[in-house]
Amino acid sequence: MPKLIDRHRLLDGLGHGGWITFTGNAADIAPGSRVLLPLNELLEYGETWRRHVGATGALGARLTGADDPASVLPLFDDLALIAVEFPSFADGRGYSIATLLRTRHHYRGELRAVGDVLRDQLFLMARAGFDTFALRDDQHVDRALAAFRDFSVTYQHAADRALALAA
Amino acid sequence: MYQYTAFDQTIVDERVAQFRDQTARHLAGALSVDEFRALRVQNGLYLQKHAPMLRVAIPYGLVAARHLRMFAHIARTYDRGYAHFTTRQNIQFNWPELARVPDILADLATVQMHAIQTSGNCVRNTTTDPFAGIAPDEVVNPLVWAELIRQWSTIHPEFAFLPRKFKIAISGAISDRAATMVHDIGLVALTDGSGAIGFRVAVGGGLGRTPIIGTVIRDFLPWQHLITYLEAILRVYNRLGRRDNKFKARIKILVKESTPAQFADWVEAEFEATRDGPTRLSPSDVEAIAARFTQANYHDLPLDDADVVTFAAASGEFARWQRRNVHAHRVPGYAAVTASLKRIGTPPGDITADELDAVAGLADVYTQGELRVTHEQNLVFPNVEKRALPALWRELHALGMATPNIGLIGNIIACPGGDFCDLANAVSIPVAAAIHERFESLDDQFDIGELDLNISGCINACGHHHVGHIGILGVDKHDEEWYQVTIGGNQGGAPNDPARIGRIIGPSFARDEIPDVIETLIRTYLELREHDDERFVDVVARVGIEPFKERVYAETD
Repeated sequence: MPKLIDRHRLLDGLGHGGWITFTGNAADIAPGSRVLLPLNELLEYGETWRRHVGATGALGARLTGADDPASVLPLFDDLALIAVEFPSFADGRGYSIATLLRTRHHYRGELRAVGDVLRDQLFLMARAGFDTFALRDDQHVDRALAAFRDFSVTYQHAADRALALAA
Repeated sequence: MYQYTAFDQTIVDERVAQFRDQTARHLAGALSVDEFRALRVQNGLYLQKHAPMLRVAIPYGLVAARHLRMFAHIARTYDRGYAHFTTRQNIQFNWPELARVPDILADLATVQMHAIQTSGNCVRNTTTDPFAGIAPDEVVNPLVWAELIRQWSTIHPEFAFLPRKFKIAISGAISDRAATMVHDIGLVALTDGSGAIGFRVAVGGGLGRTPIIGTVIRDFLPWQHLITYLEAILRVYNRLGRRDNKFKARIKILVKESTPAQFADWVEAEFEATRDGPTRLSPSDVEAIAARFTQANYHDLPLDDADVVTFAAASGEFARWQRRNVHAHRVPGYAAVTASLKRIGTPPGDITADELDAVAGLADVYTQGELRVTHEQNLVFPNVEKRALPALWRELHALGMATPNIGLIGNIIACPGGDFCDLANAVSIPVAAAIHERFESLDDQFDIGELDLNISGCINACGHHHVGHIGILGVDKHDEEWYQVTIGGNQGGAPNDPARIGRIIGPSFARDEIPDVIETLIRTYLELREHDDERFVDVVARVGIEPFKERVYAETD
């Protein structure tokens, strides 16, 4: 199981902070759940899912590198979480998706990096606009938390500054 | 030279600390080989054949005497007493020990240098004209813009894991001496009718496996939008570039497969959505960077120095050197001088620690402590008083760096090749040496005239063989080293001298056949040329490759 952190602390040492990922079998998901759905599922069956999880549950979107973040835009009010998948730490598409969500589409909710999320990419991920991180299970939490202090200064304008300005 | 602020220094120092921690974790087994690889290459460190190789950034080729002394120190302390200048204006050390690389980087940081992003799938060192700021045909000095690009691209959070490496070149002169059309992004700084600065933007050029000339997607981008526009290109590439096949992952493949027009549309749409945002440059942004460059002090000097003219008339050797290795300067009474690192018996671009120290001393005396590294793997003294030329010539002569071969066949560009590099299919340096020896006579070299001969040990084309007038590529056939020959390639330069990719003349050759093949090509050229100023590459353009091909294969059969 991954270890969920934000920039300051461990949030869940054994999982996704209560979120479950829909992998094809809706019967496994109880009413009241917090469910991460692939973009297509969300766009096609969002209403059904909303009714299924009910007022006590919540929906989130799980985007892959190939997804267009603009298509989630109409659903922002409905989503408690957007997760962006890193199939490998070397696949950098998630950084652009996060940047677009934060700066182009002004998404202000929780944005989570999931998948091959490693200590040495965290500083960049935070700058690209992610605020929670589902660390791969072999990662050391204290070392990971130190990563956000790797640099005290940065050259570029990035999504983290856009967030700071909006706050 | 660009002078670091406390801000710049902090980033470099913190990068050293970060890499020290990563190396320690790797050596302790807490960071896997693959995970460490992605991090170390972005700090210039390759682990290969004999030992690690560390590539140190020389941003846009600008280097100070104190930097050369640091290179000498590193070569002596951590390496085997020498280093190698690359075709991308960087310097490489071939024998450092992994555990000591963080110490090397810390030493470099004390003189405002680093190895950040000299490798890996990220934005690499921006390269430029070695005569930037001093060339008589310059329209816009590209150095300030190159530094802006350096800062923007350094540890950019969005573009650290691109599909593949990414190289930007910028030129600001009438003649393009930065080979901008064979880069992922090629920028040419120019001015519009009102004198405002802007950039012509080309994308998708490159050498390697799929050599291709870039496509201009913007004729004039006002300077305020430079960073925003670069970001738009990189974002389109980062999202849509192929990640399924390493050999199809460069931006040129995306541009080609989507068509340049479609690619340009994507970029323009992305640009329109972000223009006038926080990445828009203001005059004060640019002025702040410009103010951190030290400026040369020029004296009022006569256009020509009478004593030097007299000396040149008396010394044919000096006159030859002046003709090939001394270049025009925009300031009267000054010249730029190329110190040739193409010496018989020494791999192209190699330099010893003692030589680095010696050149640093000459730089302090003759050119206000500043030098340039050229993509041809030589060193340029950018601000030499013409009256000092004979003295500098004698000093360089004593170091073996006054061979008047710039632009001639002796100025061979070659990658490190199979002697050093894991990627290579074949050796480069011994081939360069054999050709150099064959054409050792300077009389012959001058008679042949301008000729770029470039050698790469593999298809990655670090030796830029595709744009050599003669290009040689090492290929592997049944575990044997063979060499493919191209002719008619051209790095390009002046507006009427466009960049071109060379054409393969036919089946490849064994290594020991190469000097004869080159000699046949040259003899054919000498017979075909209509006058002395018609260069080898001009003849190939005029008559095609057939006459060359016929002669070469008739003689090797």
